[in-house]
Amino acid sequence: MGDWLFDPAHWSGTTGIPVRLLEHLGYTLLTLLIAAVIAIPLGAFVGHTGKGGFLVVGLSNVLRALPTTAVLILVVLWAGLGDFPVYVALVLLAIPPIMAGTYAGIRAVDPVTVDAARGVGMRESGVLLNVEIPNALPLIYGGFRGAALQVVATATIAAYTGAGGLGRLVFDGLALQEFGQMLAGAVLVALLAVLVDLGFAGLQRLTVSPGLRPVGTGGKR
Amino acid sequence: MTWIFENWERFWEVTEVHLRLSVVPVVIGFLLSIPLGWVASRSNTARAILFPLANILFTIPSIALIVITPVLIGVKILDEINVVVPLVIYTVALMVRSVADALSAVPGHVTAAANAMGFRPLRRFLTVDFPLALPVTIAGLRVATVSNISMVSVGALVGLGGYGQLFTEGYQTDHTDKVLAGLIGTIVLAALADGLLLLIGRLLTPWTRAGR
Amino acid sequence: MIEFRAVTKRFEDGTIAVDELDLTVEAGTITVFVGPSGCGKTTSLRMVNRMIDPTSGTILVDGKDVLTVDPPTLRRGIGYVIQQAGLFPHRTVLDNVATVPLLSGWDRRKARTRAAELLEIVGLDPAFGKRYPAQLSGGQQQRVGVARALAADPPVLLMDEPFSAVDPVVREDLQNELLRLQAELDKTIVFVTHDIDEALKLGERVAVFQTGGHLAQYARPTELLAAPANDFVASFVGRDRGYRTLTFLHADVPVHPITTAKLGQRITVTDWTLVVDDANRPKGWLSGVDGEVEISEQDLISGGSLYDGSTLRGALDAALSSPSALGVVVDDAGAVTGVVKADDVIKALAKARAAGEVPK
Ligand SMILES: Nc1ncnc2c1ncn2[C@@H]1O[C@H](COP(=O)(O)OP(=O)(O)OP(=O)(O)O)[C@@H](O)[C@H]1O
Ligand SMILES: [Mg+2]
Repeated sequence: MGDWLFDPAHWSGTTGIPVRLLEHLGYTLLTLLIAAVIAIPLGAFVGHTGKGGFLVVGLSNVLRALPTTAVLILVVLWAGLGDFPVYVALVLLAIPPIMAGTYAGIRAVDPVTVDAARGVGMRESGVLLNVEIPNALPLIYGGFRGAALQVVATATIAAYTGAGGLGRLVFDGLALQEFGQMLAGAVLVALLAVLVDLGFAGLQRLTVSPGLRPVGTGGKR
Repeated sequence: MTWIFENWERFWEVTEVHLRLSVVPVVIGFLLSIPLGWVASRSNTARAILFPLANILFTIPSIALIVITPVLIGVKILDEINVVVPLVIYTVALMVRSVADALSAVPGHVTAAANAMGFRPLRRFLTVDFPLALPVTIAGLRVATVSNISMVSVGALVGLGGYGQLFTEGYQTDHTDKVLAGLIGTIVLAALADGLLLLIGRLLTPWTRAGR
Repeated sequence: MIEFRAVTKRFEDGTIAVDELDLTVEAGTITVFVGPSGCGKTTSLRMVNRMIDPTSGTILVDGKDVLTVDPPTLRRGIGYVIQQAGLFPHRTVLDNVATVPLLSGWDRRKARTRAAELLEIVGLDPAFGKRYPAQLSGGQQQRVGVARALAADPPVLLMDEPFSAVDPVVREDLQNELLRLQAELDKTIVFVTHDIDEALKLGERVAVFQTGGHLAQYARPTELLAAPANDFVASFVGRDRGYRTLTFLHADVPVHPITTAKLGQRITVTDWTLVVDDANRPKGWLSGVDGEVEISEQDLISGGSLYDGSTLRGALDAALSSPSALGVVVDDAGAVTGVVKADDVIKALAKARAAGEVPK
């Protein structure tokens, strides 16, 4: 693997490793953005109103059982090749953990805190945006980072229908019976997953209130 | 849907393969994760090694594991074991945490009472700790089973069996019906397995619903 | 002023939490709702700021029907303090206190300055402002809760068992603090508790609720003790009723002189002798059987409570808790001025009764 991975020829050009890495990262980030825009409001709304919880759980379970390969292929057959099918398949993969994390996070906010928020005169939108969501952030991030790991790993499959990303190394390696290339692809994906997770861990530290860290580790005393 | 009825024998054949390729790794992975989870629940060192390791294993794409496995263990690329090994790894990665969390959550006063009554460690584990940890463990097992059932299809990308074959064949021959058939098969299988585990969990833990 | 007019609350499951409540809370007073668990105190309170809406009846705050005001607006004008404090864990103490001013549209700087002022008013070092609620003790959280409720200077304050989750010593601190604050701020306060002692201590008027949401009696504490309206109130006010009455009497009790001595002195002790420090503050008792001694720390028998001249209850307790049966009387600086005897307290009580000061 080392030979293939560190060969300078594989690090340049439009099919070089940096390009593949960026493509992969691009699929991942845009997928997560779309999924978050859909899943966080849904999970938050259901968590806030307490209505339709079974729907969230049921929908999550069905989506979890959905094979990403099949979704990818179906959308390619309907809409043609390109990036669109990749996003459909990956977004459907990312929605359940983000939605479940948001829902669970909002439900887990201490009812006393929510009651106090209404008691001081916040409107429902204020209760949700200024109290429930900030307090649910640790669990929302939990779901989101879980989704990120799955998306990075699964985006590999996009290459099966000719799209880009690190999956190209795996599938091209498979076609050429080039083991080093396949292994390099696998290692790079795992590495990218770790980096992406580290990035979101940093974002989490920046955006979650220190008041929510476990007592003893957070804030100044 | 019509494809399923017109090609019932073929459908049944891939169903069997799919079932075998997903159930076998769940069973093996589950059995492996019990002692590992137990160790992780008892020792902080084991926990500090096993949990990050499980996380990293989880980030390796399944397709990559499936193509690497044969080279590592020296079998042909079309051997079913190439799907079984990666799925065992994923199952263990998921279940170690569930089992460890479930065992850690058994109330201390219960284990203390069991010790005081003279249970030996193995017996206590089998008759007290493990049964009390079952609800959380089974919840984890349900997630692992459903994701395994959905992941088996990836094997078809390198030519292995199961519903995934319907996907790749459908793709190559532009045959949407075939892909849909595999998709429906996967979801039905996942729902059945999930329901079955739910039922088993309820039968095994009647005390969780007592006094409600 | 808060008026409850024939207010009834019936929950969906049929529970009648409050039953035809008629009651007027006078402006500028602390009114306490007291009663056993589940008698409808919280429900009555929460109907004032529309956290719960009544099934029937009317609630007026300063003459205005609360049902005509939209709930968030209404609540911003009514302070609300609850048992668990209910602070926002994700916001610093200062931002917690600034919540209502910010909701009411103050600019950030002004809201923060006001919040810092309030921390001082409730007796917290402004340095606490940077902490998060999880970094405070229960008593400190409660003070922040009170500060948050006072931030926008609302005329009305609703307090639901605000002090019941803290230990007795802190509770007493907080109660005294509330009385001090009220003397300055003159709010209309409704205070819910199930502790009769707290009710009698804080309330200018006390409403005793009976299970089923009935108002059993609404009266001043002294009346409640002297003339319970029915058996329920009598038993709720409790067996120590007579003793509690002493809390509200300020009759004079004769103060007797007492021999005092200092540490290190050599004296012949013939009777109970009070050992004091250089500022004449009590340190402990010497019993009268020791003969000639050089007074040292370990000879001292520690004393009971001190009487500061406030109520008969304090005088009696000082006498009863003292090893010499003599209650030590101290002035504002804590210096000994003499002793009181239990007999004299009983006589003072009899005199007050004869003079009609003890309501029958
Ligand atoms: N949302 C609700 N639905 C149904 N019943 C309720 C609800 N809230 C309160 N109740 C019932 O109404 C009655 C009065 O409750 P409330 O909370 O006012 O009591 P409380 O006097 O404050 O008691 P505590 O001292 O325990 O706080 C109780 O019987 C309670 O069970
Ligand atoms: Mg209450």
